[in-house]
Amino acid sequence: MSEKVLLARVGRRDSRSIATYLEDGGYAALRTVLSGGWTPEKLTDEVKKSGLRGRGGAGFPTGLKWTFVPKDTKGKPVYLLCNADESEPGTFKDRLLMEEDPHQVIEGIILSSYAIKCRNAYIYIRGEFYLGARILDAAIEEAYAKGFLGENILGSGYSLDLTVHRGAGAYICGEETGLIESLEGKRGQPRIKPPFPAVVGVFGCPTIVNNVETLACVVHIVNRGAEWFAKTGRNEKNSGPKLYCVSGHVNRPGVYEAAMGLQMKDLLFGADYGQGMKGGKKVKAVIPGGASAAMLTADEIEDCPLDFDGLAAKKSMLGSAAIIVMNEDTCIVEAAQNLSKFFAHESCGQCTPCREGTPWLHKVLARIEAGSGRMEDIDLLERISNQMANGMTICVFADAAIAPVLSSVGKFRDEFRYHVEQKRCLVGAGASRPELVTA
Amino acid sequence: MSDRRYSVEESGRPAEFPPEARARIEKILSRYPTKQAALLPVLWVAQETFGWISKEAAEEVARILELTPAHVDGVLTFYTMYNLRPVGKNLLQFCTSISCHLAGAERLMERCTKRLGVGLEQTTPDGKFTVVEVECIAGCDRAPSMMVNDTYHEPMDEKKLDALLDKLSADA
Repeated sequence: MSEKVLLARVGRRDSRSIATYLEDGGYAALRTVLSGGWTPEKLTDEVKKSGLRGRGGAGFPTGLKWTFVPKDTKGKPVYLLCNADESEPGTFKDRLLMEEDPHQVIEGIILSSYAIKCRNAYIYIRGEFYLGARILDAAIEEAYAKGFLGENILGSGYSLDLTVHRGAGAYICGEETGLIESLEGKRGQPRIKPPFPAVVGVFGCPTIVNNVETLACVVHIVNRGAEWFAKTGRNEKNSGPKLYCVSGHVNRPGVYEAAMGLQMKDLLFGADYGQGMKGGKKVKAVIPGGASAAMLTADEIEDCPLDFDGLAAKKSMLGSAAIIVMNEDTCIVEAAQNLSKFFAHESCGQCTPCREGTPWLHKVLARIEAGSGRMEDIDLLERISNQMANGMTICVFADAAIAPVLSSVGKFRDEFRYHVEQKRCLVGAGASRPELVTA
Repeated sequence: MSDRRYSVEESGRPAEFPPEARARIEKILSRYPTKQAALLPVLWVAQETFGWISKEAAEEVARILELTPAHVDGVLTFYTMYNLRPVGKNLLQFCTSISCHLAGAERLMERCTKRLGVGLEQTTPDGKFTVVEVECIAGCDRAPSMMVNDTYHEPMDEKKLDALLDKLSADA
């Protein structure tokens, strides 16, 4: 197994305290930058050179995103928002980082704020992470006491305030403009772009939104160098250490760190990772990047590097690196129905194709699952999907909602047909709602 | 989502924040450039103070933050974690999203509602429990995951659920 960087301190005694963080060399990157005469531009260049791409889902180059903040902001302040709204089904890596090593996240936020000349930063954390918010609050207080936050940090003249802001239950607030709206005290309904947040973001000011893991990576880019980061991973476009969230029918679900581009088979079966399928069952399907990513079949996970381009080549995506594993006993119709329930529940209701389309997909899938579907329903699922996405809506939520539908119908059509014809699952066992699938 | 999420109920009593809650609100306001930005955190203070957010509490929040009551209602009903009516002492939240579903979350939730004799979004007559179904709570590696109020309980199974309900039922 490759060396742990992001998770190096997880499991260490008292890992949350600033005392142990400093003992382990914490805030060295901040000293390097603020006391070592780095300009914000130099830090941004390093991050660009590292090849760091956003770990929240979209995979946009972080350094490049930072350069979109206008040079002259016409007196407007610049904001950094740490996206800790981790809500993509199957994803639980940021929770671990915040709960176990909050200072790594905070140091990353301070560095990134310096790079974009931000004076006020917020951590937007999902409401359910009550523990994480409390831990971050305590860690922020420690950081203020040590002079890493507040006025004139380390005597550099740079000042930053950091505030934890709790969400209140809404998946869409993980979309960056939904997050911005929510932070402003509104419903989290995404904005039309352009203008992009880097130009007009929160409170009408230039704003950068970065994921928790992305920000944590910045610490290590400073400490170990952009070249180290760029060389870690499969290639320069898929670089750095990466956290993978494994859940579903494997022996050992959990968060695993590896160099970007780990093979799917290694993650599922490796002794250091998932340790194989529970009960020795076969793999039927794998969702590689959270509920929004297209499912892959067992054949497709052969030679499948888990990175941005590796999964794009398979017409799916790395997303938030949430790998959800389904064994041979899983009814794909039922899984698709469950995934569609999520999207129907979470649509923000702003755009008609999404507001209407997501509940329809769920209803049609539920009736096929319940044994009252018609053969034309299978085509109907595809027709509804194709009318929802590809630019029909303000944000990409609808594109996410149709990915599990189109991929499951496309790749497991026989199971859908069987469900309609026989009014029951093609697989015998494993259905968690047997009363629904008897004819 | 239940239709009931769109209405904010009256409590029949004025909602006034006690001094310590007022102090928290002042501190929150100092962290934002606009009063409106304090809305979500102040609604959290309201929920922690009153247990749920009544029409009266929402109106009081609107007054403090200089917002229209309609804006506050719109926000309040958008987010699922604000309680729009009183809930039991223990809010049992069962995740049934994909990873928890693959681990049998629905069966667990059904076992709970059957044992307590209530449906989803209902409260037991003794006021001890309310059961709700929630979407992914980022406990997928410890599926099935659930929360009681602010605390995670994971991974769950039937035995652990029974023990948890026994313990919470016995608590005064």
